[in-house]
Amino acid sequence: MHEMSVALAVVDQVAEAAARAGSVTAVRSVRLQVGELAGVVPDALAFSFELACAGTLLEGAELVTEAVPGRARCAPCAHEWATGMPPRLTCPVCDGTRTELLAGRELQILDVHWDDGRRQSPSPTHATAREPIPEER
Amino acid sequence: MCRVVDLRQAVLAKNDAGAHELRAHLAARGTVVVNLLSSPGSGKTALLERELLCARERSVPVAALTADLATENDAARLARSGVPVKQVLTDGLCHLESGMLAGHLEGWLPDDTRLLFVENVGNLVCPASYDLGETLRVTLASVTEGEDKPLKYPTAFGLAHLVVVTKTDIADAVEFDEAAFRANVEQVNPGVEVVLTSARRGQGVGVLLDRAMAAADGAPVHSPVMARQPHHHGHTHTHTHADDGHTHAHPEATGAMAHTHS
Ligand SMILES: [Zn+2]
Repeated sequence: MHEMSVALAVVDQVAEAAARAGSVTAVRSVRLQVGELAGVVPDALAFSFELACAGTLLEGAELVTEAVPGRARCAPCAHEWATGMPPRLTCPVCDGTRTELLAGRELQILDVHWDDGRRQSPSPTHATAREPIPEER
Repeated sequence: MCRVVDLRQAVLAKNDAGAHELRAHLAARGTVVVNLLSSPGSGKTALLERELLCARERSVPVAALTADLATENDAARLARSGVPVKQVLTDGLCHLESGMLAGHLEGWLPDDTRLLFVENVGNLVCPASYDLGETLRVTLASVTEGEDKPLKYPTAFGLAHLVVVTKTDIADAVEFDEAAFRANVEQVNPGVEVVLTSARRGQGVGVLLDRAMAAADGAPVHSPVMARQPHHHGHTHTHTHADDGHTHAHPEATGAMAHTHS
């Protein structure tokens, strides 16, 4: 069950981003995009995530998974279809094999909801944190 | 205060970056990795033993690394071929990751190695998600595992550069339906080559080595639909990607975007 490894990778990356941002006191939720063809079982991932968060800044954080259906497109005839699972990757219309996968392999962290010790400041002071783009809510 | 922070990071980014680095590092010294995926009992070790012997006969410098949850039998068996073999215990981990592989190669892999065969942990689920820096990914299944194996494990078969069927000597006995198996492979991985082998009878022995050598010599390998990045250039749509604030996951049609974000 590699969902545990996946969960640990998510926790590591969020913890790193939090460390870069500085002064994060708790992570409330993590939103994850999981493609239908990513080879990850969402239930197993949710279970692993809870374990992986224990004892970290993410303890108690909620995992919100956004499922992305598999979609494919036939290059020769331009037909588009839902791949389903197991996926059909040959064209259902012309039987072509030159298929483009449009979506379904996603496995990425979208955004994170966290608390930091800062007061509301007029401008973001995250000059050193390159990757995260904080937007205040 | 509470903030929402946009991360947009691939979960396996670290493994993928490590894999790219390892691939480049090995390429620079002339070594190519072949990643072998299968269920336990697929006959992968028996076939690999024959391929290693074959490599020795042809004077191709090869090595093998075998990853297992527990036993040491595989390594002992492979070592009979006389090529460098390393056994790696994964401590219960169900797959190898690129960083682990890089660590295991350090100080062990002989400099002149042309091909390194990596026998991944025996299952078709977890190893499929991890790029090890291989140039050729091979998914194996024995005739006893049934024709629908590719549909049960679409990621493993869908991402393979080559599919190998083992134990064909007992195909008749287990009523293996080759046509159905091929059709199922084609469904999840259009265009991938399927090779039939029997380590016992010698059928197809040496083909894996041929394909690995071809890949090592720079011949193009099969490009699985599932492995292709959705970000295509030079195709029929004239959509520009100028506004870089956009998501990179669905660059194609707005119709598809509306669909996936419903
Ligand atoms: Zn078509």
